[in-house]
Amino acid sequence: MDAKTYQQTVDQLAPKRPVLKNCLTAFLTGGIICGIGQIISFMYMYFFPFTERTSSNPTVATMVFIAMVLTGLGIYKKIGQFGGAGSAVPVTGFGNAVVSAAIEHKSEGFILGVGGNIFKLAGSVIVYGVFSAFVVALIKTILVQVGVINW
Amino acid sequence: MIFSIIIAFVVGGLICVVGQLLFDVAKLTPAHTLSLLVVIGSVLDGLGLYEPFIDFAGAGATIPIMSFGNSLTHGALAEAEKHGLIGVLTGMFEVTSSGISAAIVFGVIAALIFKSKGKVS
Repeated sequence: MDAKTYQQTVDQLAPKRPVLKNCLTAFLTGGIICGIGQIISFMYMYFFPFTERTSSNPTVATMVFIAMVLTGLGIYKKIGQFGGAGSAVPVTGFGNAVVSAAIEHKSEGFILGVGGNIFKLAGSVIVYGVFSAFVVALIKTILVQVGVINW
Repeated sequence: MIFSIIIAFVVGGLICVVGQLLFDVAKLTPAHTLSLLVVIGSVLDGLGLYEPFIDFAGAGATIPIMSFGNSLTHGALAEAEKHGLIGVLTGMFEVTSSGISAAIVFGVIAALIFKSKGKVS
């Protein structure tokens, strides 16, 4: 059996993913997380001197904190099983990836285990976020300096 | 106030549906999907589209990981506007620092207080 027919057999035999149901649970989970984020950012605007735009920074930090507690208690894994991308796409999913890697590698020690592996899962997001931001900002800066566009 | 919570719910939910479709239909791994979303976010900010999107959707735009790409690009562009090309490097983490610092600090704290509960995928 060559690789192509093997792949065809795998496609036939693999269980069909329930795409519609997955999308619905992802919508609900992600929506609820973003709704909670909106409530938290209202609290920062109401109790602290943050504006609509600046409140996103402390909100993100708070959401990561919540993700830490839920991950540590093993609850975030259950949310992930229900919500799929709904729990991975919000910043809580990023927090969960960092925190779970930290807890997981604790047994290898704090320097080599926790320090070395904390970005094992979330690292690609930071690396390609920074790299694409660099390319985009570089292109835009050059275009502005050449005089093609304005800021 | 209730209205903007509903908008955050709907917009954030829709972005997660896009992520789910990338999982299920395009068959990307979660790491590929999240990297792709971050790149999309930074390109949208380069085109000047992400700030209006945040004004409209609030947390629905800032909580999904796309906003991470946006804030990296935004910090780089804000510094580049003041200091030219070198600002692209120096301003990169200006706006994003809270997310990454929080993740590192809370990650180490979690490692101190929690024990591993079997395999975490």
